[in-house]
Parts: sequence; C-alpha cells; structure tokens
Amino acid sequence: MESSEKAKKQYQDMVEIYSPKSKIATDCLRAFLCGGAVCAFGQFLSNTYLSYTGSKETAGALTAVTLIFLTVLFTGLGVFDKFGKLAGAGSFVPITGFANAMSSPAIEFKREGLVMGIGAKMFTVAGPVIVYGCLASMVVGLFYYFLK
Amino acid sequence: MRHHIGEQTIRFESRPAITAVASVVGPKEGEGPLGQLFDKVEPDMMAGTQSWEKAESDFARQGIDLAVKRAGLEIKDIQYILAGDLLNQSIGSTFGVRSFERPFFGLFGACSTIGEALALGAMLVDGECADNVAISASSHFCAAERTFRFPLELGVQRPLTSSWTVTGDGCMVISSEGEGPGITAATAGKIIDMGIRDANNMGAAMAPAAADVLVRHFQDLKITPDYYDAIATGDLGRYGLEILKRLMEERELPLGDRATDCGVMIFDNETQDTHAGGSGPACSAVTFASYFYPRLKEGVIRRMLFIPTGALMNSMTSQQGESIPAIAHAIAIESQ
Repeated sequence: MESSEKAKKQYQDMVEIYSPKSKIATDCLRAFLCGGAVCAFGQFLSNTYLSYTGSKETAGALTAVTLIFLTVLFTGLGVFDKFGKLAGAGSFVPITGFANAMSSPAIEFKREGLVMGIGAKMFTVAGPVIVYGCLASMVVGLFYYFLK
Repeated sequence: MRHHIGEQTIRFESRPAITAVASVVGPKEGEGPLGQLFDKVEPDMMAGTQSWEKAESDFARQGIDLAVKRAGLEIKDIQYILAGDLLNQSIGSTFGVRSFERPFFGLFGACSTIGEALALGAMLVDGECADNVAISASSHFCAAERTFRFPLELGVQRPLTSSWTVTGDGCMVISSEGEGPGITAATAGKIIDMGIRDANNMGAAMAPAAADVLVRHFQDLKITPDYYDAIATGDLGRYGLEILKRLMEERELPLGDRATDCGVMIFDNETQDTHAGGSGPACSAVTFASYFYPRLKEGVIRRMLFIPTGALMNSMTSQQGESIPAIAHAIAIESQ
C-alpha cells in the first residue's frame, strides 16, 4: 500500500465519503427538547418548593439536590445512559450531566476499592470540568474586580 | 526458508488441521444472528465472577477447556497455548490460562490476535515443534469500554462509525494429526498507517492493512480472489468492508460477494444498535469458530481466506493525537 502523504490524503478523503455523519438538525432538536424538558422540570420543582418554603434560596438548593438525587438514582438503575443516548447534549444540562459524570465512574471502578477505585476515578470525567470551571471563574472574577 | 513463498507468505505442506473449536460468548452475542451457533452463551456479563476482567479470563479458560476436550485430548497433550486479548498486559488470557499449567506464549495483535495465533500455531505444528497447539482470543465489552472509552453508565452518544466490542472467547486446536480443515497458507501482514486518527472509525483505519495483506497474498501465491469460496475479514464493520471492497477494485482484484466481515455478521445493527458492527479479538475468533468452521468441515465452503484485522493504538496515543497503525493477517483454510 502506497503511504505517501498524497496517498494518505486521498485515502482520508475517500473515508469521508464512506463514513456516515450524525444528523445535526435532528440531534440539535432532540437536545433542545430533552434539555428543555429537564429545565422545565427543574422550574416546576423550584416553583413547588418556593410555594412551600417561601424562600428562593432554599427552593433553589432543594431543586439542585432533587435533580442530583434523581440523576444518580437513574444512573445506578442503568437508565440515565439511555436518556443520554436520546438527548445527546441535552443531557449535559449542567447539574444532571455533572451528577452522571461523577456517579458513573464511581459505579464502574467500585472493584478497585474505596480509595484508588471510587475515590480516585470519580473525577476522571468530571475533573476537567472542575479544573477549568475554577480557572474560568478566576479569570472572570479578576475582570470583574478591575473593571467594576 | 523452505516454506516461504514470495514476500510475506508461508505455505504449509503438512496442512496442520484445526481439529476442534469452541466459542463462548456473552448475552448480547447470544441474541445476535449467530446466537444459535455458539457453544455456550453466558447469560451474565460477569459470568458468576466479581469483575469483568475475571469474567473474560473465565471465558478464555472455558473456551480452551471445551476445544481441547472436543479434540479428544487432555490439556497435558497440548504442547503450547497461544492466546491474546485487549486488556493491559494481556491479563484476559494469562489469568484464564494459568490453571492449565501448560507452556504459554502471550500474543498481542489487538483484534487480529486469532490470525496471528493461527499463523504461529500452524508454524509450530508444520515445523514439527508441536503435535497439538491450542489458540485463543478473547475480549469483553465492559472491560474494553473502561480500558479504552468511558464508564458504561455515562450518558454519551456513540458515533455511527463506532463498533461494539464482542464479549467472549474463541478457541481452536491445531494438530499434526486428526480430522479437520487444514491451514494451507498464511500471509503475515505489515503495519499500515494511512493517517486515520478517529478511534471511533477503526474500520477505516484497518481497511488499508487488510487490502495490503490481501494483495500480497494473491501475488505471493499467484492466485486471484475467485480461488476462494469465502473471504472474511475480522472486524472492519459495515463501512470498513465497503472501503476494503473499493480498495481491492482499485487494485483490480475485486472481492465480489464472497467478501464478508465477521463484525458485520455477529450483530444485527437494526435491532441491537451496534452501529458499524462487532469488534475485539473475540469477534473474528467466535465468528470463525461458530459459523465458518462447521461449513469448512462439511465442505459447504471448500476454501476460505480468513483475515483478522487489528488496530494497534491505545487510549493514550489517541489522546496524544497519533494516527492509528493497523495490521491484518491472511490465513488460508481449506476443507479436507
């Protein structure tokens, strides 16, 4: 097989033709509807909690706790990954996506023990989110401090 | 180099016979189109053990045990075991084989392992270094997912070109005496890298390696694809197989309808959602053992060219942006 740069380029172009592409419009629509549904459910929870507690702050915290609990529960039951397949980016709506990213490796690496398994591996997927989330908030904080 | 022909091919004058085979698979494979043909379908992904890795080793142990018994032999009659898998340091094989206490050679050819094992096993027997050799290739979907990709319960979408690692073990016994289809020639493949970087499109990365070894095989033996009744690649998948057919047409050695791929045969994408098809060392090993071997034995297929294909990257090289080197070995097997 000829493996010059030109032959490689030609081959890669041919592969493009034979490899099916994701349907971006359908995927976006599904992500919008599913992600929107999660958010609407969150809003419903928030409104309900607000009517009981009368405190916006408490209602927000309770909503977050409920969504995290449900996500972890459904991850454990083996349902959340099916929702993720359907919803795509819609399942990444911050709090549910994050809870799934933390709990799924915890289940997966249970066999390697509490410390090196669950403890260490829990952050394999969510770790970068924390690192770059902190970094981004620092940068934004600095801008806010000097430009205020 | 008495047996060496052309650039990369060995002709086995003594035609070492594949006297017995065994296929042990997981539940999803059991529900697939070949479900009825497997020797054992394990309903539990853990196979009654505490981890997926242990389960894979147990599949390897069961496969070898069953094939050796079927060959009418005892484990002490096996001079060498050649086995490989996808897990780090080939633990899928070594942990499975350790209880046999037989001389062992660990192989790594990723999903092409069973092709490598067939070639080396036939050399051992044809070279009169062994009377009986047991070869095995195993993989496990869950163990491979966490080695190469994401946790199972993470809600992510799989690309359409991705494949599904087969859970199971395929084993064969190669003997100098005894009944069974004979290994007549083997063309060892070179590592070919056409610059594909997408680890979710391994069919495209491996198709050029398959094309290269096929062209070499036909040239070395001075034959054409129509010499064979069946030509089956390992795990190129739906799209990889189409690419291979196109590459062979460009080389004026069209494969036609006799070409198929074990990854395409083992799952039904419509009902099993496996996208491009099956993959993993077990994919070609169990498909050969369950589907092709009985047909070769009955003479329904008289001559077959079996080309297990492997992608030789790991998750680290993918993260570092390296392209995917691939390999394929062509093994000619003929009925008695």
